[in-house]
Amino acid sequence: MSAISCRRVEKIFGSGRTPVVALKSVSLEVAAGEFVTVVGASGCGKSTLLRMIAGLEAYTGGEIEAGGAPVAGPGADRAMVFQNYSLYPWLTVMRNIKFARQLEVHIRDRTSADVDAASGRADALLQLMGLEQVADSYPSQLSGGMQQRVAIARALMTRPRILLMDEPFGALDAQTREVMHDLILHVCALEGCTVVFVTHDVDEAIYLGRRVVVMAPRPGRIDAIYEVPLPPKRTYAMRHSSEFLALRAQILDRIRGTSQVRTDLRLLEKLSRRAAS
Amino acid sequence: MSDISTIRVERRRPKEELWKIRGWVSKRSYWTLAALGLAAPLTCWTLLTAFGSVNRVFLPGPYDVVHRVVTWFRDDELLGDVGISCFRVTVGWALAAFVALPLGLFIGTFRAVQAALEPLMDFVRYLPAVAFIPLVMLWVGIDEGAKIAIIFIGTFFQMVLMVAEDVRRVPMAQLEVAQTLGATRTEVINEVIIPSAKPALLDTLRITMGWAWTYLVVAELVAANSGLGYAIIKAQRFLQTDKIFAGIILIGAIGLAIDQGFRLVHRLAFGYLYARS
Repeated sequence: MSAISCRRVEKIFGSGRTPVVALKSVSLEVAAGEFVTVVGASGCGKSTLLRMIAGLEAYTGGEIEAGGAPVAGPGADRAMVFQNYSLYPWLTVMRNIKFARQLEVHIRDRTSADVDAASGRADALLQLMGLEQVADSYPSQLSGGMQQRVAIARALMTRPRILLMDEPFGALDAQTREVMHDLILHVCALEGCTVVFVTHDVDEAIYLGRRVVVMAPRPGRIDAIYEVPLPPKRTYAMRHSSEFLALRAQILDRIRGTSQVRTDLRLLEKLSRRAAS
Repeated sequence: MSDISTIRVERRRPKEELWKIRGWVSKRSYWTLAALGLAAPLTCWTLLTAFGSVNRVFLPGPYDVVHRVVTWFRDDELLGDVGISCFRVTVGWALAAFVALPLGLFIGTFRAVQAALEPLMDFVRYLPAVAFIPLVMLWVGIDEGAKIAIIFIGTFFQMVLMVAEDVRRVPMAQLEVAQTLGATRTEVINEVIIPSAKPALLDTLRITMGWAWTYLVVAELVAANSGLGYAIIKAQRFLQTDKIFAGIILIGAIGLAIDQGFRLVHRLAFGYLYARS
């Protein structure tokens, strides 16, 4: 059974004379435990799709199911990691990670064993993410990479079956991002959760995903889905393998062919022709 | 060939950038300039009254003003005037905050409440509070209630809009993270919106406290027989310019003290904003 199943999902923004079709008939099945990445030019609706799976945005047509139940709103089974500004600056790292524990859904039948388990879990996540040294620091005292590690630990705290990530490393520098890639692969394999990871970075999408979903804009739709021909355990060297580079070229061509980059390219051609004459 | 350890690195003092845009200025220079900025007008004032040919009725010297404060304190119930003025300001401002905080929270949180109330508030905010004085006297009378009502009218409508804006400025990602962790609507408000907006709310309270003092003087100039504002208007009748000066300076000093108090509370309550890495 699929962990996430989108069938002919449609999203129309606004109403009246000029409604905007953000997504048109998007169908996608994600198997339990799978790591799927979504790439596409800006405006292709990849974030919108993710937000609809999270239940943060309503869909205007089709159906989305998560864990066999239709998505009607946000739920504790689907945690989400945002690009930035999502940590609570008034809480320490440890209390950010434990934030979910104080919510009603997670404190039913609370026994001392539960509390112990939760503390153990928080400590384990802290260690897994390499945050032991900063457990009592505030988010503003951490680097961008560390802040995102806290955000991921917080999302994993309650063992969600599905982890949704919306360009979580988009604001990080290239070196930090590469480290985070290996970290997130390791953690998600360990936790066994299903992941949908949205990004605009094709390298990131290939390196992380078992499958790469390529979306196209106007109207937002799935353009192609690629199986990544790399072994499940990814290593840095694979980034330079011929399979990686071939798939990268293929996906970049697809994205180029469908985005408004074309108009920019035409402008560039015109300018260079003018310069030549 | 010189050994690397023998090379002497000359430590230079960081250079001050007095005229660079947003340049760096040492702490010592900063406080020197601040002291000069305060001392300069005081010196001018002293010299002007000591050697100038200005009539004391129009411009009393610093000594006259200090002397007036002392006699006011000794013979004329200075503390009583200060006390009653502080009382009016505090009660009027606290009443405004008591209603404005929850109302602003709702306006900033729910679009429906915003639609219902914000345009109205925006309208009333532009009605001059001073012009309400005759109405207030008609409806509330001329006792303490009238002064408190004028302070309330002067601060409340601005305060509601500022509180609503503070609440709206809580980053969406902070709210959505809580939702995807399973927080209910009440939990999002209590655990995220309120703690996140708190520092901004305290700043709003501090700023509106300043406005409350402005309206206090207005209220006491018109309808009172006690208080600092009343003392100023009475002094005008008897051409006691030194007392006018004393009253104005006292109000300024009290305002400054309250403002610094708020800033201190801000530092103590929201240490995470001042945390250094």
